[in-house]
Amino acid sequence: MSKISLIIQREYSTRVKKKSFIVMTIIGPILFAAMMVLPGWFASMEDTEEKNIAVIDETGLYTNRINSTEFLKFSWLKTEDTEGLAENYREEGYHAYLVIEDNLLKRPDAVKIYSETQITIDVKDHISRSLERYLEKEKLGSYQIDGLDNIIKEINNVKIDLKTIKLAEDGSEKESSTELVMIAAIVFAMMIYMFVLVYGMQVMRGVMEEKVNRIVEVIVSSVKPFQLMMGKIIGIALVALTQFMLWIVLTIAIVGVLHTVFAADVTSSGKAEQMQVMAGMDMQEAGDSNQAAAFADGFNNILDQVMSLNLVGSLLLFIFYFLGGYLLYASLFAALGAALDNEADSQQFVMPVMMPLILSIYVAMAAFRNPAGDLAFWFSMIPFTSPVVMMARIPFEPPVWQMALSMTLLVATFVFTTWFAGRIYRTGILMYGKKVTYKELWKWFRYSGR
Amino acid sequence: MMFLEAKQVVKKYANHLALDYVNMEVPENSIYGLLGPNGAGKTTLIRIINQITGPDSGEILLNGQALRADDVSRIGYLPEERGLYKKMKVGEQAIYLARMKGLTRNDAIKKLRYWFEKFEIQPWWDKKVEELSKGMQQKIQFVVTVLHNPKLLIFDEPFSGFDPINANLLKQEIIKLKEEGATILFSTHNMGSVEELCDHITLINKSKTILNGPIDTIRQSYKDNLVKLEFAGDSNLIRQQLSNDFQVENIEKTNGHHTAYVKMLNNASINQLLYSVIDDVKIYGLHEVLPTMNDIFIKVVEHSNQTGK
Repeated sequence: MSKISLIIQREYSTRVKKKSFIVMTIIGPILFAAMMVLPGWFASMEDTEEKNIAVIDETGLYTNRINSTEFLKFSWLKTEDTEGLAENYREEGYHAYLVIEDNLLKRPDAVKIYSETQITIDVKDHISRSLERYLEKEKLGSYQIDGLDNIIKEINNVKIDLKTIKLAEDGSEKESSTELVMIAAIVFAMMIYMFVLVYGMQVMRGVMEEKVNRIVEVIVSSVKPFQLMMGKIIGIALVALTQFMLWIVLTIAIVGVLHTVFAADVTSSGKAEQMQVMAGMDMQEAGDSNQAAAFADGFNNILDQVMSLNLVGSLLLFIFYFLGGYLLYASLFAALGAALDNEADSQQFVMPVMMPLILSIYVAMAAFRNPAGDLAFWFSMIPFTSPVVMMARIPFEPPVWQMALSMTLLVATFVFTTWFAGRIYRTGILMYGKKVTYKELWKWFRYSGR
Repeated sequence: MMFLEAKQVVKKYANHLALDYVNMEVPENSIYGLLGPNGAGKTTLIRIINQITGPDSGEILLNGQALRADDVSRIGYLPEERGLYKKMKVGEQAIYLARMKGLTRNDAIKKLRYWFEKFEIQPWWDKKVEELSKGMQQKIQFVVTVLHNPKLLIFDEPFSGFDPINANLLKQEIIKLKEEGATILFSTHNMGSVEELCDHITLINKSKTILNGPIDTIRQSYKDNLVKLEFAGDSNLIRQQLSNDFQVENIEKTNGHHTAYVKMLNNASINQLLYSVIDDVKIYGLHEVLPTMNDIFIKVVEHSNQTGK
């Protein structure tokens, strides 16, 4: 077996067996799934404490017009019972008391709720909505129109559902979801940023470890330093790809499980909470998803739209840009690791390397809003920022020539940085206890070109 | 034909000359000492032989042929700056390093088993390197260096980090490796071990070769014609009896007898010395005093530093 593949094998197997790798691989998809599900779940967490609210209706116009719910009970008190209520409503078992002083059509602010504890927004909404609905009805009733109920029902059913249809070049139509495209762009850009950063830093630490352990001289007596460097970079790249693939597979598995669980739940009981979970998941308007069927439809819709994003193409591009960006940065990180003896020294050298990467995530944020703008264009051409910025643009389908140019530039640049880094690496790994400066690095670069 | 030859090797770093037309000829199946003060250029020369770095000019010949890339599998190198992956298990790591030298996995395991039994370190196989003491790690490093039966072994300060017992064990192993046909290039500051082990030496100072040859010849050529005479009797008589060809440097009295250091001048011989004193004192011993490598090292390096300026 060739030596470089031995090195790749070692780098790969020692890292994949690490606890931190296994933990991250499992936690990652759970986090993703949680990020999708939790907001909806929290929203669905309702106040389940039963509350009694006393109502003092001085007008007598609204008796029993506010419906009690499972957790909210309204008691309409007779006027003679209201004596002293303000002082001892708590002793009488009420959470709060509501006073209606006047005709609400004339004085909309003539209703007040008193309580020592803060009234939650749900309670407030319930009361005002109930009263408003009653008042609306009263007012409409005053016009004396026949068949009013039916008319209202019809009006309520009028609805617009604007669909964005993307035209393919062959004229076929495909339904797309703007929100989903945005989310895909954010996920792609963040993933590239994260993977390049995390695994690039691993390359640096790995190189530094070999140098600090003093094993490097033993190894370079068997292989060329460049082989050692490339073996490490490639081995770690494979670790990253493994993690990425596992994340995809596991996320799909978890979403699949959630799908079946929710679908079953919905058909059996049709719980509103679960529906809100889904609303959070697709980040679309919950709308009138109060029906079980609507929920199931919604879910299938999302899946369809996810499929319509050309996942395979995006995935291949993701892998290309990840590898390109990773190779570019990893080789620079390897050179830094070779030059530095300890992590404490590394900060001043690591920052300049990380700068363009951090910048690219900011540019990517802007690119979501204007994916074809000048800023997005130029930064998706510059190889140091293109992996993140171009990935942010890809769901919006930039012109092919731009992608081709950006990819060519990226390849050319990582070939250059790898060569450049190899020369610094070669000298750096065998230098001990030397204070590293940029001038020193330049010297190493020049003379190792013998 | 020499087994290993360095011919006119020059290596320049950015702002200093590490090797200045250095020559070295290592005979096959010898133990060869590469000596010199710190920073003289020994490690650079060793790294060039290991093809870790290349010379600016000049060449290295192994068995009469310029070094090739696959020669690394015929060389075993124990660097001065050495270490192991701390988090890796001993056995796994030894196999990895052996495979890097071209052994197959099975061969590596077979040979490792032999050496681990020999050094009685089998229980370490599944331990992580960081759990071992420094001396234990050094042992493993030695095993890994010699595992692939290299024809040329290069040891840079092999004894550092060993206690006297293990250092002695190592010495025995080095001698045994030589007996089994290996050629050993050996760099150290420990002159005692040089005298004990080396057949030939090269001394480098300030990037230049200043001395080389068989160790006996060198010691002979640096001798002061000093003899050590141990006797019992009147020490004054000795001074009187010796002619002008002999100069008594020092007489020490120890446990009932004397030890005199006598310098022989004008090509006088030991026989003449013996003849002069044999009737007057009782002789216990007489032998020539050769300079230690330590003395020669200091003398030659200091001389070279003075003339160099």
